[in-house]
Amino acid sequence: MLWIIPALPLAGAALNLLFGDRLGRKAAGWLACAMVGLAFLATVRVVLVLAGLPETERALHEMAWTWMRVGDFKVDVAFLLDPLSAVMALVVTGVGFLIHVYSTGYMAHDPGIRRFFLYLNLFMFAMLTLVLADNYLLMFVGWEGVGLCSYLLIGFWYHKPSAAEAGKKAFIVNRIGDFGVLLGMFTLFAWGGSLQYDRLFAVAPAVFAAGGAVITFATLMLFLGCTGKSAQIPLYVWLPDAMEGPTPVSALIHAATMVTAGVYLVARSHVLFQLAPVSLEVVAVIGAATALFAATIGIAQNDIKRVLAYSTVSQLGYMFFACGVGAFGTGIFHVMTHAFFKALLFLGAGSVIHALSDEQDLRKMGGLASKLPWTHGVMLIATLAIAGVPPFAGFFSKDEILEKAFSSGHYGVWAVGLLTALLTAFYMFRLYILAFRGPSRLSHEAEHHLHESPPSMIAPLVVLAGLSIVGGWVGLPFQEGGHLFERWLRPVMESGTVGQALAQAAGHTGMAHAAGHELSAGTEWMLIFISVAVALAGILMAFRIYLQQPAAATSLRERFAGIHRALLHKYWIDELNDAIIVRPLDGLSQMLWRFWDTRVVDGFVNGVAGTFEGVSAVLRLFQTGYVGTYALFITVGVLFLFLHFLRH
Amino acid sequence: MNALPAAVPITWYLALSALVFVIGVVGVLIRRNALVIFMSIELMLNAANLAFVTFAHFLNGLDGQIFVFFVMTVAAAEVAIGLAIIVNVFRLKETVYVDEVNQLKG
Repeated sequence: MLWIIPALPLAGAALNLLFGDRLGRKAAGWLACAMVGLAFLATVRVVLVLAGLPETERALHEMAWTWMRVGDFKVDVAFLLDPLSAVMALVVTGVGFLIHVYSTGYMAHDPGIRRFFLYLNLFMFAMLTLVLADNYLLMFVGWEGVGLCSYLLIGFWYHKPSAAEAGKKAFIVNRIGDFGVLLGMFTLFAWGGSLQYDRLFAVAPAVFAAGGAVITFATLMLFLGCTGKSAQIPLYVWLPDAMEGPTPVSALIHAATMVTAGVYLVARSHVLFQLAPVSLEVVAVIGAATALFAATIGIAQNDIKRVLAYSTVSQLGYMFFACGVGAFGTGIFHVMTHAFFKALLFLGAGSVIHALSDEQDLRKMGGLASKLPWTHGVMLIATLAIAGVPPFAGFFSKDEILEKAFSSGHYGVWAVGLLTALLTAFYMFRLYILAFRGPSRLSHEAEHHLHESPPSMIAPLVVLAGLSIVGGWVGLPFQEGGHLFERWLRPVMESGTVGQALAQAAGHTGMAHAAGHELSAGTEWMLIFISVAVALAGILMAFRIYLQQPAAATSLRERFAGIHRALLHKYWIDELNDAIIVRPLDGLSQMLWRFWDTRVVDGFVNGVAGTFEGVSAVLRLFQTGYVGTYALFITVGVLFLFLHFLRH
Repeated sequence: MNALPAAVPITWYLALSALVFVIGVVGVLIRRNALVIFMSIELMLNAANLAFVTFAHFLNGLDGQIFVFFVMTVAAAEVAIGLAIIVNVFRLKETVYVDEVNQLKG
């Protein structure tokens, strides 16, 4: 039954491709929605089956067919549903379905709507393959598939040069990461002898020396892939540009699902990462650094979608440093809550953009609260959720991440996380205030066309808003034996303790005191209090600066002009990349083209051709076309043979 | 068996065979009429036949005689096909001169 989950969206894409033009614009959209909706129902069904199993046996395997077999190397097209992939599959199909429904409204007037839904369904297929695969290679198929769909959808409006550029950038940057994943897989196979999760993880503690160079290399290479797909330093640069795509795409691919694939990969490979404390440390540091770095940039951006893009990068950083401090389950928890509120934020932003006739500049918004009541309501919920205010979803996961960082002794990471939380609350409320509060700064044209979005767009927003409120309650703290979400993931994460114990035995205690360590209730309350206080402080700051004293924003901007410029220009990272990577590469390619390719390679090929031509020109003279000549050659040849045999 | 006069030695037969063969070869090489070339080929085949019969006689074996029958059969078949080709070439080009049939020349 598992295979049907990815197969449904694939069937949708195929039907759309073959018969879409006969279905008409509306039906093409509804077909895509129906397929994803059915996939969601199928997922719910199998997850219920899974939940009915005793905890120790909670994993459904399904073998479709053997993909390839070369010597010892065997790869199956096989699916695995365990608590971890169940969470991912539910989020992907559930949020994906809502975004599909939303798209039928948002893209209703786009001439390319059929192509849009075709790509969207294809993406769902690839993403579900990624999360449901039971080995690294099939996972990688999905991994590449989502990369392709991401490229296609970023460049959906390919007639805009900026969109085409952004698509290429995303694709090329991701290619670097994918190279890492490949190297990681090669290493794992060379030492572990299998790419199948269960088999590899079972032998991993025996074949990889804990903390050894091999496992450290393999996990770091996998993580390089994650920095590409999940937009972490140094490969995050593509995600903000990816906002050139249609807004539902930003919500689905570049916020809720695809970019969390990296977190999923790390959580899936937690057995391996726990054998490599150095890699975990790297993951934690990169995650924390990215969280802070992106949050600071988010403060100064004026494009509503770019603010959200940087906040996505920042939140992904949170997920990674949760994994880095050994709290993989918490990272996945944040993946889930983030999927709810970030999808909501993007779709809400899409609703605003839709209402304002494609205006994305925050400086030209303001005062929309009364004009777009529904959008305003859901955006407020989402903003509170991402800021980490209880009882909204973001609070539970973010607080738990900070708590795990603290309890595992990563005080530096914890402090960075806290600072990021402050900045997050601040810039998210800056966005909220600039868009919905204060005086209207709309252009006359936009004001005239201002309208609330159609029900097909509002309905998914309301559902997501509900999820953004209650989604975190599965992770209520202070519960005996861990909260609901933790207990659900335990069958998957438990196996990690084997690796952990071994790592400990081998004397690598770096991560040993990670996730399991319990804090006293008092400390836990204090941490909760601190993170809530920080969130509220950020919100208050935003209100004071942007609502009560708009002049303060200007004066602050002038006082810290240098910093503001750096933030506005995203620390000139794109320019830096351009100068140190793109342009030298370009120059090198030019040189190789002009010298190596046209002179050496072409010269060789043309030389071979020329030689044959010259020789043929001479040999051609023998081919007179007269039968008599040929007969003469034959006769002479026979005579020669005759003489030859006579002499012996 | 010895119906032929014993005075005629084997060399004479072979010399005749070689002579006929060379006439055939030269005919193929220098004549341009396809029909004549064809006849020259027949001469060569018959020269070979003569050599076969000669050896069969002087070596007291039947192998050579049997070979001759095969050669004659093949020659008959070859004539049938060859004449068919020549007729078709003539229909196409209005000539049986082989020098004028040179369309494959590069």
